[in-house]
Amino acid sequence: MKILVCISNVPDTTTRIRFTGSKKLDTAGIQWVINPWDELSLTRALELKDANPGLVESVTVAHVGPVSSEPTIRKALAIGADSAIRVNSDAHDAYFVAAQLAEVVKADNFDLILCGIESSDFNGSTVGGMLAEFLQYPSVSAVSGINIENGNLSLTREIDGGKELLSLAVPFVAIVQKGIAKEPRIAAMRGIMMARSKPIKLVEPVMTEPLTEIVSYEMPPEKEACRFIDADKPGELIDILQNVEKVI
Amino acid sequence: MSVLVYTENWEGKFKKLSYELVSYAAAMAEMLNTSLTALSIGEVDSAELESLGRFGASKIVSIENEKLKNLDNQAYTAVIADMAKKLGARVIILANNNTGKAVAPRLSVKLKAGVGAGVSRLPSSLEPFTVYKRVYSGNAYAHIVIKTEVRILTLAQNSFDIAEGDNKPEIEKLSYDLDPALVKTEVRDVNKQSGKLLLTDAEIVVSGGRGMRSPDNWAPIVELADLLGGATACSRPVSDEGWRPHEEHTGQTGKIIAPDLYIAVGISGATQHIAGVSASKCIVAINTDKDAPVFDVAKYGMVGDAMKVLPGLIEAVKNVKSA
Ligand SMILES: Cc1cc2nc3c(=O)[nH]c(=O)nc-3n(C[C@H](O)[C@H](O)[C@H](O)COP(=O)(O)OP(=O)(O)OC[C@H]3O[C@@H](n4cnc5c(N)ncnc54)[C@H](O)[C@@H]3O)c2cc1C
Ligand SMILES: Nc1ncnc2c1ncn2[C@@H]1O[C@H](COP(=O)(O)O)[C@@H](O)[C@H]1O
Repeated sequence: MKILVCISNVPDTTTRIRFTGSKKLDTAGIQWVINPWDELSLTRALELKDANPGLVESVTVAHVGPVSSEPTIRKALAIGADSAIRVNSDAHDAYFVAAQLAEVVKADNFDLILCGIESSDFNGSTVGGMLAEFLQYPSVSAVSGINIENGNLSLTREIDGGKELLSLAVPFVAIVQKGIAKEPRIAAMRGIMMARSKPIKLVEPVMTEPLTEIVSYEMPPEKEACRFIDADKPGELIDILQNVEKVI
Repeated sequence: MSVLVYTENWEGKFKKLSYELVSYAAAMAEMLNTSLTALSIGEVDSAELESLGRFGASKIVSIENEKLKNLDNQAYTAVIADMAKKLGARVIILANNNTGKAVAPRLSVKLKAGVGAGVSRLPSSLEPFTVYKRVYSGNAYAHIVIKTEVRILTLAQNSFDIAEGDNKPEIEKLSYDLDPALVKTEVRDVNKQSGKLLLTDAEIVVSGGRGMRSPDNWAPIVELADLLGGATACSRPVSDEGWRPHEEHTGQTGKIIAPDLYIAVGISGATQHIAGVSASKCIVAINTDKDAPVFDVAKYGMVGDAMKVLPGLIEAVKNVKSA
């Protein structure tokens, strides 16, 4: 079984987001990281490989992005991915990205494809599902666990108020969320050294018209300053919540 | 031309979020000068289906099929896409919840229709079709143009006011011939708690952070939430430590919620936590540190020790409830 982990390259969430004009992210001072969900799916993919050495042949990461994303891809290799594929293009929109990833999957016949539930830049939650539809593969969303028992894959899916245990034959796309792995695996010195010699395969994009376009950004509306209420006067707060805010 | 809204049901019932979704879709239909059809998949009785009419659906199509009992993303996509084609739907609207997120992107590819994911308003313009949504986990918003003729939108929860009228909708029960080969996910086991108010449905949420100091101190959080008819939540370290169940973890990597009232107790207000609650209508923070970042996003604040403040709040709520 060959596993593909799709990774997106996003600003660290503690970075202050600013724009130059209304259309362009100001990248000065931004710390770029592997999207948190993708780091966790990579971790789980590596755990599955470690636990099932004969069965899981390889773990590959794929990214659609320009050469400036390579440090993030190297980081994934340092964490333990065997190889990486980069589609050499800006990520115009989710449809465009998914179309590129579909070509990557077809070229190498990956069996299990992992995507995160959302990337923390555009908060789309769309690439994984789109990829599955391009491939005509099944997809399962809200996956909080992937296990291999007797050579078969089982998935845990989060539903309102509980969980479901699913079984499904490869190939398919799993769209993962909290629970998939505990802590992201971190790169050890040895991994960082080894990552230098691991291959990043470069692929040119296929022609695809994006379906959407961001025309402008704006900052969140200014919040009014917090109104402090004396901690000894709980009645006053409750009165406001009841009669001014009308929320209780 | 028409607008299509997919209304999910939970054991045969709709929820507040369904009515919000239909209200939004009806406003969209009005903007486009067309009518709204709601699609329901699964066993829902006529009275329940009819309730969607009050929020503006002029027609309800109900499909029951044994094979569609559990969510299979590919099969649901096929059903919704067929319905959209049949109606000539120009806008297809789903909730921005687990089901909407599972189905909308597949529909997008199947119909070659652009997606506006997690929109929180009606479009600001129809030509070009421009939607508004949060990006960078709430640190910014974007105006996005959807360039295709058919558009798919998922609506962020608690972002649109419910508008109730007294329309009587036309109800059509449709039998649907599903290609069984499409259903590939097999549900082997379900572990589900019913009857409990879900965090994502709650209009009031009382949430505790590491400032609560110990899992043994949670009783007043639970009591306050119960008194207010709300749910409890927590910050990530609290669920990581096992002080509270994982379902309560709120934030960028946990649940993203938008209640009317969010009370954050002993929570510092890290950006990753706020990313999950910033869409709440009113945030109240209780913290010993007057400079805690949570006060930058809170509308009301109390500086004090949670274990002293909470009993006072509980008393005050009891007083107004008994009045
Ligand atoms: C990639 C990533 C993703 C993350 N995702 C999330 C997420 O989804 N959700 C999340 O919550 N965190 C998340 N975090 C963690 C986040 O950065 C913070 O560490 C976390 O939110 C802090 O939790 P806290 O506010 O409970 O604890 P602390 O930061 O320790 O704050 C405790 C607060 O309690 C106050 N306090 C202390 N004693 C009392 C008292 N007696 N009464 C009242 N107040 C008191 C203190 O003044 C302080 O402000 C994430 C981090 C990373 C790196
Ligand atoms: N540029 C990209 N390259 C590779 N994978 C991506 C890219 N963007 C998004 N993804 C994958 O899609 C998931 C969801 O992203 P999104 O739909 O943008 O919220 C991410 O967690 C990644 O797994």
